[in-house]
Amino acid sequence: MSKEAPPLPPMGALGFLRFAWRQLTSMKTALILLFLLAIASVPGSIFPQRGNNPLRVNEWIADSPTFGPIFDTLGFFDVYSSPWFAAVYLLLFISLIGCVLPRTKVHWRAMFAPPPPVPRNLLRLPESMSFEVGAPAHDVLARGQKYLTDRRWRLLVTENAIAAEKGFLRETGNLLFHFSLILILVAIAVGGLFGWKGNVIVRAGQGFSNTLTQYDAWGGGRFTGAARLSPFSFTLDKFNVEFDRSEAQRGSPSLFEADVTYRRSPGAVAENSRIEVNSPLEIDGAKVFLVGHGYAPHFVVRDASGAVVFDDSVVFLPQDGNFTSTGVVKIPDSEPPLGIEGIFVPTAASNNLRGPISIFPGPDDPAVFMSAWRGDLGLDAGAPQSVYRLDTKAMAQIGLDALRPGQTWVLPDGSGSIEVTGFERWASFQIAFDPGKEIALLGAILALTGLMLSLFIRRRRVWIAVAPSSQTVTVVQIAGLARIESADLPGELQLIREAVAGLADTTSATPLGDFKEQK
Amino acid sequence: MNATQLAGASNAAVYASMLTLTFAMVSFAISFAAGRRRIGMTQTQVPVAASAGSTAVLIRSVVDAPTDDQAGRRSANIAMSLTWLGFVLLLAGVVLRGVWAGRVPWGNMYEFSITAALGILGAFLIVSLRRDVRWLGLFIVIPTLLTLGLAVTVLYTEGAQLVPALKSYWLSIHVSAAIICSGAFTLAAATAGLSLVQSRSELRGKPGLAKVPSADKLRTLTYRVLAFAFPLWTFAVVAGAIWAENAWGRYWGWDPKETWAFITWVIYAAYLHARSTVGWRGDRASWVAIAGWTAFIINYFGVNIFINSLHSYSGV
Ligand code: HEM
Repeated sequence: MSKEAPPLPPMGALGFLRFAWRQLTSMKTALILLFLLAIASVPGSIFPQRGNNPLRVNEWIADSPTFGPIFDTLGFFDVYSSPWFAAVYLLLFISLIGCVLPRTKVHWRAMFAPPPPVPRNLLRLPESMSFEVGAPAHDVLARGQKYLTDRRWRLLVTENAIAAEKGFLRETGNLLFHFSLILILVAIAVGGLFGWKGNVIVRAGQGFSNTLTQYDAWGGGRFTGAARLSPFSFTLDKFNVEFDRSEAQRGSPSLFEADVTYRRSPGAVAENSRIEVNSPLEIDGAKVFLVGHGYAPHFVVRDASGAVVFDDSVVFLPQDGNFTSTGVVKIPDSEPPLGIEGIFVPTAASNNLRGPISIFPGPDDPAVFMSAWRGDLGLDAGAPQSVYRLDTKAMAQIGLDALRPGQTWVLPDGSGSIEVTGFERWASFQIAFDPGKEIALLGAILALTGLMLSLFIRRRRVWIAVAPSSQTVTVVQIAGLARIESADLPGELQLIREAVAGLADTTSATPLGDFKEQK
Repeated sequence: MNATQLAGASNAAVYASMLTLTFAMVSFAISFAAGRRRIGMTQTQVPVAASAGSTAVLIRSVVDAPTDDQAGRRSANIAMSLTWLGFVLLLAGVVLRGVWAGRVPWGNMYEFSITAALGILGAFLIVSLRRDVRWLGLFIVIPTLLTLGLAVTVLYTEGAQLVPALKSYWLSIHVSAAIICSGAFTLAAATAGLSLVQSRSELRGKPGLAKVPSADKLRTLTYRVLAFAFPLWTFAVVAGAIWAENAWGRYWGWDPKETWAFITWVIYAAYLHARSTVGWRGDRASWVAIAGWTAFIINYFGVNIFINSLHSYSGV
């Protein structure tokens, strides 16, 4: 906590360690580490981050084969979990602890110690005054003592002087603030170790139960086992969405909400809830958030004999603000296996010149543009495959077509037909459990409280010294000292002056005509 | 008034405010230039009616180069009145915009910007009630006009609807705190910048900008403004985190907007540390204050417009 440069290091390993520790916990190091923390945070706002957007990271790396892997190795795509970022904030927090602990000890002692005694020459202090009062010295002192005690100054009273000190909460607040930062860091760690977070897409009418296999993506901390997932389930009954049709904000969503039926455990009673963007559903500490939505066109595929080989809706992922969405259908059971790459547009452009692009996010004129493939889907190769991508390496294209709901495309090779019967909506949910968030909130509240104490409370000392000049006249000297610049100190001294002169009960506007200035 | 008239009235008020502020800027500039031309000391004190035996000495100020300086003072006063007028007009513009949209007027970048301009002016005018800061006017009106200029040209949007993510009372809490901070940060950046100018002249033993306080006073003013703004910014960030937890299921996700809010916060924390570190108190601390403001501006314009973020609701 030393604000001065540390002394030269003594010899030896222990001496060096002590020197290093002093350096690390010095104010200047804290300053530099804070700058480093600011700078280290920047790349994460420029490069896409795996935690937020893994797809964009992959694109970025694919698009720049030279720099992509280098930046990846350097951790630019996982900045906030990279070793160098951790190094900066861990050093900062070690420095913080090394800083705050000794300072707490000093402050603790200071709180029970009397204020420092009166300096020899009060009038040398920049804020000081001297005047005469027509009252005996002990009366003057008694008035000063009463005034200061009433205002909860801490006093050291001697025969002919008072030393007073106020504003200890400033340092208390400062320490509270720094300790709360540690608490917030602990909260983040608790959330990271014991919490979990998953994403899932649910089509309207379909259900979800909270087990690992049901998630599209799931991440948990070291101490979150699958066993800790609470056994709730829900069904997406209905998904409501509306888009703005005004000229100015055409197409921006004006409402989306999901009506669900949920059970806390398999045998529990069913309950209803509506999940909206700013109002998640909370079940057993886990929160279910509505984060996105889209379309799932419904396909019925028949083979050459007319028998249905596929009859389901398929989730398509939106690619732009107007929900031009892409997806694939894989039908390994048809002979030979069939694959469909599709683009769903909720509102097809009236002139088809612009290709399969939607011009409005609502389903005013839905259509599906398709490309059908036959051959090996590659599903048996064992490698995990994305359900949103068709591997056409071992396949042959058999044709292209566009369908509106209700229309059927008879495949040109005579192997069957594809019908689009309509579409469902789907909603994507983020389900999160963070046991650290209450601690973090507590830390934030304490930090804010400490901060305000530490910035708004002024620590200051005042001294009153009296010397009798006759039986009834006393020469009084007052002086004050504030640690930080404080415009109010002169005013404060003025009030004390009025108090010791016996004028405290009158308003401060009373002219001080009966004092004779000596300074 | 129907909706179109309301929107029109709001726009008219904003334009009227800009016009008024332009005049204010010119007046401030005249006053500033008048101050600069003043050379040497202007005031001599001549005792009059000093008779022997009397303790009272009447002192009359005689001003050497009065015309220039008086003109400067008059034009600074005119500028202050114009600034108040511009503030009231802008307030009307913001309020009418809110009435027209039927919600708090902070739904897109146009609305953030006119409100932020209001915040900058407001911060300045509040300080001006307590002390004489006419010398600061020019450096406040210029950023305000730039903000408004960007707002009406690049950022203007007719949109009234809020995207669902913004439909929350946290919007009012979080954004109003951030807007007050934008005013205070801008004010502090202006005083920090001026303190650097003054400190350079003081180092060379030159008089520095006339009417502008000494570097030391400017630094104290910067500190006071930031000591007020920093807890408020902390509050804004915490409120944002609570809102994010409510909307997206995590209170902190290192989204670019959050990241830059954090960077801004860390830099201002560094500023407060610099104030109590030997060797950092003076100009370096002022530079840190300017760096903090830069991070704030990057967050506001850069992230909203150029970076793909969850918070991209700029409406541009
Ligand atoms: C996570 C990193 C840190 C943050 C965000 C932070 C933030 C702050 C803030 C905002 C203040 C201003 C409060 C005031 O002026 O009273 C402050 C004051 C202070 N900090 Fe830190 N701090 C951090 C780490 C440290 C470290 C590592 C040290 C020790 C070297 C330290 C020592 C101090 C001291 C001594 C003050 C009081 C300054 C004064 O007397 O005015 N801080 N800190």
